[in-house]
Amino acid sequence: MQATRRDLRTLEARTTRRRAATIRIVVVLAAASGLNYVVWRWLASVNWESWWIAVPLVLAETYSLIDSLLFGLGAWRIRERGEPPAPPGTGFTVDVFVTTFNEPVELVMRTARAALDISYPHTTWILDDGDRAEVRAAAATMGISVITRSSDWIDRPRHAKAGNLNNALLATEGEFVLVLDADQVPDPKILDRTLGYFKDPLIALVQTPQWFENVPTSDPLGSQAPLFYGPIQQSKDGWNSAFFCGSNAILRREALMQLGLSRYVTEVEQSVHRAIRTSRRLIARAREEAKGDRRVTLALRQASLIVEDARAELARGDGISDVTYRFQRGIDAISTQYADSDLAIMRDNLRELAAMSTDADAFAGIDDAALELLARRDTSPVAAIEAISLLAAALDVDRGGEAQAIMPMATISVTEDMATSMRLHGLGWRSVYHGEILASGLAPEDLETMLGQRLRWAQGTMQVFFRENPLLQRRLTIGQRLMYFGTMWSYFSGFPALVYVTAPVLCLSFGVIPVTAYSVDFFARFIPFLVLNQVLFWVVAAGRPTWRGAQYSLALFPVWIESVTSAFRNVFLGHPLGFRVTSKTKVENGRPRWDLVKPQLFIMGALVIALVVVGIRIAVGQAEGIAPYVNIIWTIYDLAVFSIIIRAVLYRGPAVTTKETP
Amino acid sequence: MTSIDVREADGGVVLAPAGRLTVVTAPQLRGAVAERITAGDKIIVVDLSGTDFVDSSGLGALVSCLKSARQAGGDLRIVAPTEQVSMVLRMTNLDRILQPRASIDDALRG
Repeated sequence: MQATRRDLRTLEARTTRRRAATIRIVVVLAAASGLNYVVWRWLASVNWESWWIAVPLVLAETYSLIDSLLFGLGAWRIRERGEPPAPPGTGFTVDVFVTTFNEPVELVMRTARAALDISYPHTTWILDDGDRAEVRAAAATMGISVITRSSDWIDRPRHAKAGNLNNALLATEGEFVLVLDADQVPDPKILDRTLGYFKDPLIALVQTPQWFENVPTSDPLGSQAPLFYGPIQQSKDGWNSAFFCGSNAILRREALMQLGLSRYVTEVEQSVHRAIRTSRRLIARAREEAKGDRRVTLALRQASLIVEDARAELARGDGISDVTYRFQRGIDAISTQYADSDLAIMRDNLRELAAMSTDADAFAGIDDAALELLARRDTSPVAAIEAISLLAAALDVDRGGEAQAIMPMATISVTEDMATSMRLHGLGWRSVYHGEILASGLAPEDLETMLGQRLRWAQGTMQVFFRENPLLQRRLTIGQRLMYFGTMWSYFSGFPALVYVTAPVLCLSFGVIPVTAYSVDFFARFIPFLVLNQVLFWVVAAGRPTWRGAQYSLALFPVWIESVTSAFRNVFLGHPLGFRVTSKTKVENGRPRWDLVKPQLFIMGALVIALVVVGIRIAVGQAEGIAPYVNIIWTIYDLAVFSIIIRAVLYRGPAVTTKETP
Repeated sequence: MTSIDVREADGGVVLAPAGRLTVVTAPQLRGAVAERITAGDKIIVVDLSGTDFVDSSGLGALVSCLKSARQAGGDLRIVAPTEQVSMVLRMTNLDRILQPRASIDDALRG
């Protein structure tokens, strides 16, 4: 792909100097005021007498400061790219993947039809993980091919959408891949507006916004993410860490395949080295358990000899394929030997039976070939020796437990997208965030679906946090590590949120004061921090609505907490996540689901009661000083934030527009 | 890729893909190897001396052929990669797993 001088200029495009300078000034001021406030809080104003609430509060405030610093750090290099480079001439091959699992057929076909209409030459595919006949039939009438899982996936982990994409990547050959969720209807210009970025040979990913057409301006469920699909991704873009969000993104196949290969090598090496490392202990334990069984002990001794050979060969630098091949043949030899003595006895018995039988033919069918089957590894009694079969499975290069040796999309998380782009960045590839809406999707229309979706995103992010912590990825730059970490950090907000609603209730109702000095000292530090943070938000957001996002980041605290705890249990204790696919259809039985937001309703009740109690306490002269008034304002703010929950429960979906086809 | 030359040898089968082994031609190689595995060949030798360009999908095909060969109780070995191919093997670290052999005889011997 040739880049013209004009293209090169566009590829370099950044935020205007004036805007960047304004943002940087505010970032510095906000950071300074934040540090000034929080350091003072730690050193001079924690009320240690009520440490049980004072310490959580100052910790929560520290959390918020770090959140704000990470936001500011990103904004420091915000990159608003504007017009994209011109699309390449024809001759580049693009596959458009419409991914589906269980969405209604009409919904899938609506997207597929729009995908066909994309103007840049391409091939459209439907990746139907539900393998539905109706999808196949509907696709056939439009001349679209459907890709379903190959037979390799039978009885192997399916890895949800990541598996669906990995399967399709091996079945197609376009140089670029556009990924679309089943509900994301693309604009015909989507490829013309994005492919030009790939003139930079190091670009692996171009992400565009996800925007939803079925959401009213008031957006009661907080579906649109104007701050995320705007300044936040643009900030990350400035640090070369704009990340993949699963849909409306174009990826370079070469980069994905390279990633798949590098992961394959890493994982095989890890598996082999781990097996070698633990083999001595494993075999020793198996020997103990054999309790002197002569044959098992013998087999284990032989196994330990070939493991030691493998260890020496690896140390010598032999190729892992060769080392493991010799090892596997060694295991086969043990299997055969082990089975042989069994077979000899069986043959003798058969011969005797045949001699005694009147119908000699009855045993003729059991010939040597059939008996040989018993000597095969999987049927041999050696397979029953757990230590040996464990080693045999680990010391191999075929990733026998997986459907494909090459898995370009990361499978460590229920949201494959973020992990995949983090790994691409680790390999030195670059990404672009192109902030132009080029597809319109359908957001959940009811509270339950919305909560399920948010939980899944948060869980996926936390799985990556626990499995591949960005701060520890040596191949990422410091900036990239912090940008990925920033996204994960924001999902911990459930814990501080709990403190932010509990502290004022305790203060108003029981007079428990976590801060020693609600005085000039306090206000002189707190107010600049608060104001400058708001100014930072306001400058960066540049007119985009931010209140809804702010409300939900506090009001969905039970979801955020559950995401952290369930991902922790999943990663470290192997518990299932309780994962469900987001349903794109409406649940229409009508009744408001108050049961889904019990913790929030409880909190709101407590906040209201606290206001009543403090009113009484003030009236009888029991509440003194400024503390109650600070906390009254704080409580009213909390109630304003949580009020969105009521609106969300009562939300009946968007008014039916005439746009919908009859 | 213009062709894959397939010839029987003592102890296995030798496949020599000529030209470019890329996303476009990788399915051809996968097909040829699958055919030989079904035919009962155990040792598959891929002679890369005539392969002048390989991309990540091409290498991916080699890995998936290795997987199929291993699962059928056999093995896949690569021989005499050209300069570009050696470079890509090194860059992806795949050479740590699939170490190229110097000659076909060498590869057939085990």
